[in-house]
Amino acid sequence: MESISQMTVADALDALEGGACRSEELVDALLRKIDAVDGVLGAYVSVDREGAREAARAADRARAAGDRRPLLGVPIAVKDVLNVRGQPCSCASRILHGYVSPYDATAVARLREAGAVFLGRTNMDEFAMGSTNENSSVGLTRNPWDTDCVPGGSSGGSAAAVAAGEALAALGSDTGGSIRLPASFCGCVGLKPTYGRVSRYGLVAFASSLDQVGPLTRTVRDAALLFACIAGRDPLDATSLDAPVPPACAGLTEDLKGTTLGLPAEYFVDGMDEDVRRSVMQAVACCQDLGAEVREVSLPHTRYAVATYYVIAPAEASANLARFDGVRYGFRAEGAADPIDMYGKTRAAGFGPEVKRRIILGTYVLSSGYYDAYYLSAQKVRTLIRRDFEEVFAECDALLAPACPSAAYRIGERVDDPLRMYLGDICTVTANLAGICGLSVPCGLTGSGLPVGLQILGPALEEPKILRVGHAYERARGPFGPPPALDGIRRKTAQTQ
Amino acid sequence: MSYGEHMTEGERAAAGGIDVAYVAHLARLHLTDEELHTFQGQLGDIVDYVRQLGELDLDGIEPTSHAQPVYNVFRPDEVREGLDRDAVMDNAPASRAGQFSVPRIVE
Amino acid sequence: MNDSDTTTYRATIGLEVHIQLDTASKLFCGCSTSFGAEPNTHVCPVCLGYPGAMPCLNEEAVRLTVRMGMMVGSEISRYSKWDRKSYFYPDMPKNYQISQYDRPLCVGGAVELGEGASARTVRLVRIHLEEDVGKSMHFDTTSGVDFNRAGTPLMEVVTEPDMESPQEAYDFLQALKRIASYAGVSQCNLEEGNLRCDVNCSVRPAGRERLGTKTEIKNMNTFRGVFAALEHEIARQTDVLNSGAEVGQETRRWDPDAGATFPMRTKEEAHDYRYFPEPDLMPVVLAPEQVDAWRATLPEAPDARRRRLESQYGLPAYDAGVLAGERALADYFEAAAQASDNPKAVSNWVMTEVLRTVAESGCAVGELRVTPEALAGLVRLIDGKRINTTTAKEVFAILCAHGGDPAAIVEERGLAQVSDSGAIEALVEQAMAEHPKSVSDFRSGKSAAAKFLVGQVMRLSRGKADPQLVARLLDSKLSGEKEA
Repeated sequence: MESISQMTVADALDALEGGACRSEELVDALLRKIDAVDGVLGAYVSVDREGAREAARAADRARAAGDRRPLLGVPIAVKDVLNVRGQPCSCASRILHGYVSPYDATAVARLREAGAVFLGRTNMDEFAMGSTNENSSVGLTRNPWDTDCVPGGSSGGSAAAVAAGEALAALGSDTGGSIRLPASFCGCVGLKPTYGRVSRYGLVAFASSLDQVGPLTRTVRDAALLFACIAGRDPLDATSLDAPVPPACAGLTEDLKGTTLGLPAEYFVDGMDEDVRRSVMQAVACCQDLGAEVREVSLPHTRYAVATYYVIAPAEASANLARFDGVRYGFRAEGAADPIDMYGKTRAAGFGPEVKRRIILGTYVLSSGYYDAYYLSAQKVRTLIRRDFEEVFAECDALLAPACPSAAYRIGERVDDPLRMYLGDICTVTANLAGICGLSVPCGLTGSGLPVGLQILGPALEEPKILRVGHAYERARGPFGPPPALDGIRRKTAQTQ
Repeated sequence: MSYGEHMTEGERAAAGGIDVAYVAHLARLHLTDEELHTFQGQLGDIVDYVRQLGELDLDGIEPTSHAQPVYNVFRPDEVREGLDRDAVMDNAPASRAGQFSVPRIVE
Repeated sequence: MNDSDTTTYRATIGLEVHIQLDTASKLFCGCSTSFGAEPNTHVCPVCLGYPGAMPCLNEEAVRLTVRMGMMVGSEISRYSKWDRKSYFYPDMPKNYQISQYDRPLCVGGAVELGEGASARTVRLVRIHLEEDVGKSMHFDTTSGVDFNRAGTPLMEVVTEPDMESPQEAYDFLQALKRIASYAGVSQCNLEEGNLRCDVNCSVRPAGRERLGTKTEIKNMNTFRGVFAALEHEIARQTDVLNSGAEVGQETRRWDPDAGATFPMRTKEEAHDYRYFPEPDLMPVVLAPEQVDAWRATLPEAPDARRRRLESQYGLPAYDAGVLAGERALADYFEAAAQASDNPKAVSNWVMTEVLRTVAESGCAVGELRVTPEALAGLVRLIDGKRINTTTAKEVFAILCAHGGDPAAIVEERGLAQVSDSGAIEALVEQAMAEHPKSVSDFRSGKSAAAKFLVGQVMRLSRGKADPQLVARLLDSKLSGEKEA
């Protein structure tokens, strides 16, 4: 079980192709792993045991008949923010209780078309609003490296599941770092594609101009495989780009000769965790050893990025979440005198506090008399942030930075201080604001054994560049994980059974 | 549109400029007194923080509404199959004769 | 102080007209726009506001809106964009409506009303495109919502407050409807709710520049309703001012049964729509070549057509007005008139028999079996005295039922008029012989008896005699014999 559950997608495809195992065995192994650890970790909202087994058996039959679709039989977990036909989609919120998706999100449909098997739905911060996964109405997700710590958010369930071997790979979403941050905290790989690369149709919208769907995996090659599968223009998403998708593992090399990498000074903030700085700088040195030229660069408007993000994202969210009113689907509060009363009661009971905070903040910055000072200004600062990146990318292929100034926080550490929570997003929100691509690759452990993520940022549409850097570095770094704490978790679960 | 009618100028300034009760009403969110109090403090701090955007000289800068400058994304005027009504009604919290049922709207 | 009862007031009226576009599918999704389907059967995740759904812009809706703008002389925006307009209501699938705020597709324009001395111009502010909302029905303790209509493309035409009377508002709506229909942008079927409008109205003492406080009457869907509501509202506001009070700025609704407007409860607060650019939709940039190409396909405007029908075919203003009232009717007339040398006669037939047939059969004028060429042929037969008017109506009825060529029909059925004097003379003599009393009645001064005898001759000829010839011959026989 251990060997299977820590398999990479690439390895699994080899094993399936070579007849070393069947998809049904993969699913069974993962289900056993879930049984062994998820009681403690809480990565999953729901596990579709029978559906996954059936799909696995069908994949095995298809493979035997000669089907060679790119992800045939590979078990993948899906963040509870994506519509999967016939499954509940709750976004970890009470307000979607009872809602069953009548359609597949395009990213899900593409995985399905590629033959992937869906294991279950992973936990998240409610409506993707959060950096620690503590805003879920479903329950807590714990970091597989230290169960007293958060897995990061908002794709915390996906990251924990991949890191703990409860899935071979997972889909997540990233609006301000929600793939890269949990990947960093959990010691796995997370890719945020260029805005518009992957269709958002069927992704429950948080901030429409910032959201992207992306993979969380154990290796960069796996991320590249999944990315190639889900990326590409979708007529149902007018913001999805017409750009051709490069072949999956194009340009993955063992070295970085000829690559110029920038280190943006503003991402190495005062007060950042020393262990994080050390790990990241070691990774930088490794990239130099691989032949990359490294230079210091500046993204001067970075200090305004969190403020910019926390105006734009809540503003768009306030409109995107207005549809949750108890009329057409989901939860409806009882005893309302009229529709307005129904809305107020339903949304009061249905949304958690962080969601309410952001809706109020977003409504405020769009409201009459405040739009120019806040929303319009933020959209202008966004232009300045984009320009910062355009300038540095004129001289660098990619940038290296931490994914977060610290490693995973302790559970409960920042929940009562939203602003402090927001400030932790400083390294990740810029990529969403500028629409560029970003990758997080594990690069070390802190003194307390918590993973540190190396963030690699690349120009829009240049995923191959960041995948190349990530892959070469990862190969040089050597194996990472699995989390040693898993043994203890498994024992603990076995004891209570 | 006067926000002053809900809080005094001084109250609002002290609260970081945001009248949470009023804005929550715009967003159709019923808040408890406790939430009101907690959010007023938290959001006041956050609004204070984001106000730093006003430090920048933004004259002549175009706002970014879309990360990629793309235009004219159309679909042809063709009818496509939609959802089956049963599936739609299954998701409805309340329905009657194929319509979504809500408490009586008074005009 | 003036005696307030003697103050004259002037009304100022502006309209926001919503016109449903004649597209097959909705503005942002592929659901059908066809009317009358069972509730919630033309819906999908997009127009139901399901989590994760996204809009996609219907290109035909853009084309039709631009077309309308060109018909009324608007400036077509090179760059236009989409915005979210937020408000909560049960018929709103997303609780925001995708509309256009600061960069609409069309800016300005005008509609001309009346002619000559009574000509007036109603200027337009803009025309933009937005999505329609669902429809609600009210029961005892609940309301029901149907989203079939949600997402239908709506063109919103906003006027300047250039109208000053209910009649002008009514005339404007008729003219706008005619233009929209001519351009083929909408079915303009009021029963199906293709055209709705919000009416803004204020009054002020005559002579004062500053406009009075305006009220808004929402969601009117008949032109007569608009007229009646404005009459009532202007009178109401006048009464308020005369009593020394102030008119409250509010939104009202028209109750046709009560014949009055009432304040709307749910709109008591001014809306903060919190407009911001729609992140899910890209702006529209129209190249001048594209706009020019579209301009080349514009039909003649209704007014221009009316004037041309008058001058080109020598028709009276009344005829031209009726014929130009509907583009298909004008097309029909012209096709027939081009095939005829008696356009006035063609006009008469179109205004009477053709319109009557359209009304009775429910058939569109373009679908009639009697083609414009056939009608022209019919008129030719009458003018050539081959048939009389009674027979012509018979032939027309046959053409309506079966189509075909009038000359052939006359030939096949032997309907040709009898114009041979000798034959008719014989019939006249027969009639006179069969009705001696009528003859003597006529000779003793009862001229009506002649009509009776004409009728008898017509009967004897089985309706085929040329009635004018009959009358002439009868007259000469009656008089001649008298003289003899």
